[in-house]
Amino acid sequence: MKKIEAIIKPHRLEEVKEALNEIGIKGMTVTEVKGYGRQKGHKEIYRGAEYQVDFMPKIKLEIVLEKEQVDKVVEAILKSARTGKIGDGKIFILPVEEVVRIRTGEQGTDAI
Amino acid sequence: MNSVQPADTAFVLVSAALVLLMTPGLAIFYAGMVRTKNVLGTIIQSFILISVITVEWIYIGYSMSFGPDVQGVIGDLSFFALNGVGQAPSDTYATTVPHMVFMIFQCMFAVITPALITGAFAERMRFGPFIVFSLLWAVLVYNPVCHWVWGSGGWLARLGVLDFAGGLVVHLSCGVAALAAALVTGARTGYGSEPFIPHNLPLTLLGTGLLWFGWFGFNGGSALAANGLAGSAFVATHFGGMAGLAAWVVVEWIYRRKPTTLGAASGAVAGLATITPAAGFVSPTSAVIIGALGGLVCYFAVAGKTKLGYDDSLDVVGIHGVGGLLGTLCIGIFASKLVNPAGSDGLIFGNTSLIMSQMIGIVSVGVYAFAVSWILLKVIDKIIGLRVDVESEHLGLDLTEHSETAYSA
Repeated sequence: MKKIEAIIKPHRLEEVKEALNEIGIKGMTVTEVKGYGRQKGHKEIYRGAEYQVDFMPKIKLEIVLEKEQVDKVVEAILKSARTGKIGDGKIFILPVEEVVRIRTGEQGTDAI
Repeated sequence: MNSVQPADTAFVLVSAALVLLMTPGLAIFYAGMVRTKNVLGTIIQSFILISVITVEWIYIGYSMSFGPDVQGVIGDLSFFALNGVGQAPSDTYATTVPHMVFMIFQCMFAVITPALITGAFAERMRFGPFIVFSLLWAVLVYNPVCHWVWGSGGWLARLGVLDFAGGLVVHLSCGVAALAAALVTGARTGYGSEPFIPHNLPLTLLGTGLLWFGWFGFNGGSALAANGLAGSAFVATHFGGMAGLAAWVVVEWIYRRKPTTLGAASGAVAGLATITPAAGFVSPTSAVIIGALGGLVCYFAVAGKTKLGYDDSLDVVGIHGVGGLLGTLCIGIFASKLVNPAGSDGLIFGNTSLIMSQMIGIVSVGVYAFAVSWILLKVIDKIIGLRVDVESEHLGLDLTEHSETAYSA
């Protein structure tokens, strides 16, 4: 099993969700996060003074899935989250040791 | 024996209520500009003064300010605990309304003035020392200055210094105290290296609205009668505020390429503060010019703060200090006896002496209020310490000074 963590632009979330639904991904966890990379931050103006704000608001998407689904999901996120401009985000793929569904106690892929 | 006029009494009572509203209005005006962890700590520093200063005003404040004159410097204590301040009019002040109505109207001014200072040391001052400072400041700065300018026999009043609703008494005095406070307290941890972004500007705009609304009582009510002069001051106040708003937005749009909401709010308050001393002495069209000058000059005063290096967190110096000073000076230029026969003529009406006495007023109030504020803060800092420790500053005043938070997760 794998976990996909994707950092995306907040306004792409709806498109990404739709694209994942279409390929049969039925659940995900979403967190509002802040961060910066090559995009750097942005400028804000308060009372005539400019302030550099480094941290940009982003969305972190977490999906746990079977190993075989990974390529399909990555492709769907790439297509739906991409704007072509700097700051589109990143996808991280991590191994997952075990998954347990709290209600039933099921384990492994049954619990996804 | 003067008799009570119902219309005047109703008008001054309503005006007093309007001025009271300015203090919670100011609290949320300031609160919007601080970070989420200091919202309540900022609000309460204004709000608590409604109690602290009113108590002071009852027992000694009113008497020191408006009691029988002693050598032009201070009122004596014959009005201690409002002794003799009753339903009959005073024979000196606002002679058509009950003496206690004049007293409560003036009380609201005494409350908001030290509240204005709190913007200078926002986000780092301990609550206890803040109370001590505000109380001593009211006694040693506000009351004497109020007596000099507005008290019958006050030495600045006798020199012919004009201040309709508090350019010297309120705005310049709090502005220079704010400068002293920013210097003595020192900058917030991280000042200059990390951006301190206002956490809720809609709150600040709501506060601006409440301040503007209250300001009609502040300036209009300072006519102390429901008459033509009150109307003139009311109109001048609105014109000053709107012109300051417009001027700030335009100049920020030119220099920073963006018209900002905080700029609009700041410009309105700058225009209102600037027209305050002049509201009852100048024509409506002069008020437009004075308000616009307020927005323009205060913009550059605030922008220049970063170069001077002191951390006046919410720009009390640049907006109230500079606005009060500028407005007091503008009386010397734009005042007209046609607007207020009890006033004087300014430069544009051929009188050169008024602007000289206005400058004496500015220098004496400015120097006195700055010096006493600075000494007070130094002494309090020495004895009990003004600032929270660095860890508390990091956690925020809401939690560390008051054990509560403005917004639950």
